[in-house]
Amino acid sequence: MKVDNVPIEPLITEMLKATGTVVEIFFLTILIAIPLGFLVALGRRSRFKIISVPIRIYQLVFRGTPLMLQLFFFMYGPYYIFEFNIYERFTACIMAFSINYAAYFGEIFRGGIASIPKGQYEAAKVLGYTKLQTFMRIILPQVVKNVIPATGNELMTLVKDTSLAQVISVSEIFNIATKTGSRHFSTVPLIVAAVFYLIMNSGVEVSFKLIEKKFEYYKN
Amino acid sequence: MLLRADNLQKHFDDTIVLKDITLQVNEGEVVAIIGPSGSGKSTLLRCLTQLEKINSGRIEVCGKRMAETLDAKVHYADSKTLHQIILDVGLVFQNFNLFPHYSILKNIVDAQINVLGKDKKEAKERAMSLLAKMNLKEKANAYPSELSGGQQQRVAIARALALNPRILFFDEPTSALDPELTGEILKVIRSLAEEKMTMVIVTHEMAFARDVADRVIFMDGGVIVEEGTPQEVFSNTVNQRTKDFLQRFSQN
Repeated sequence: MKVDNVPIEPLITEMLKATGTVVEIFFLTILIAIPLGFLVALGRRSRFKIISVPIRIYQLVFRGTPLMLQLFFFMYGPYYIFEFNIYERFTACIMAFSINYAAYFGEIFRGGIASIPKGQYEAAKVLGYTKLQTFMRIILPQVVKNVIPATGNELMTLVKDTSLAQVISVSEIFNIATKTGSRHFSTVPLIVAAVFYLIMNSGVEVSFKLIEKKFEYYKN
Repeated sequence: MLLRADNLQKHFDDTIVLKDITLQVNEGEVVAIIGPSGSGKSTLLRCLTQLEKINSGRIEVCGKRMAETLDAKVHYADSKTLHQIILDVGLVFQNFNLFPHYSILKNIVDAQINVLGKDKKEAKERAMSLLAKMNLKEKANAYPSELSGGQQQRVAIARALALNPRILFFDEPTSALDPELTGEILKVIRSLAEEKMTMVIVTHEMAFARDVADRVIFMDGGVIVEEGTPQEVFSNTVNQRTKDFLQRFSQN
């Protein structure tokens, strides 16, 4: 079948393959950036300036410069410095995404931890909980609930941001769409790409609604 | 003597909150601390319960030395001793501070299991009997946000009692409650007094302090202005500051 001169079946097949790449970027980034963001949040809260200040600078740099530029940097930076590539294209992509998103998650989690009232720490202390118990049993579960909406928001952005991986020639959805589009002088591939992103983000949205619901059993 | 504090001093930056507080509490005694806001009552409780560090003085709880001052420097006991001391005391906060993500039962059970190391069944039995005493048995599976302020405060008292403290501190336990709910809390505290629970209560409820306390301490400006039986402080005081405070209070 052809729409606007574009053969649809091969396009869909290629797009599905590219979706695999997008899903891979998505989950690998979550897997690395969420725990890393958590450490970033804890580091930012550290009373030792030698820890908190460098982390703040890292967050400023990675939130303050375009992700596209960071992708280039991770892709070609090592080549300029060492004159050979130490890792592959896809690895560079995951590194850029993870380190970039960890900076954002760090900020979300920091806000989540800061939003827990001091009285919770005090009540736990007077009941004899250790600092670690206080954090794991009392603070963290409440932080998780608090950061769910902002995290969902961030992950929807992540799905769309995967389109930036095309600048280092990772073959993701947007890459396929622009290539096919220019080959056939048609916007149809772009519309198909839009539908793909929309479906994926509907998945993210529905999942986060379900997670939010799971935490509705109590109110702060 | 369960609690002994000598010459406590506490300041926040340049503001001196406690000037020179010396206080003793005997076993089975109910001590009420009254005074205008900003007089240092709450800070005193927070120093005695390790929520604030003193800048000078000496504190002994249940025979264990918590802090002392040597060569103008405060030395706190090692963390193990401080942990033992914290288990000897309980604190009920003005705004309850229940754990919102835990059910009422779990609020009372959790520390028993994870701090005292009791087994689950025993902890649950203790919690249920305390809830029965607080008249809240049917709320065991509810969450704090589903309860009224008065109910939440009764749960907070049960949570503190579950660890069998030897002294129970109350920091304005009725100040965050609607007037019609203060009665239920005062009733619980009164019944604890009848059981000879040692308690130190910071309160604005003068009638209650007069009625339930064995001893009343009037604080103002970071010092203990007057101390005595309710009769001495409320009826026969010769101290002008106490008189002024009580008069202002009865006018409001």
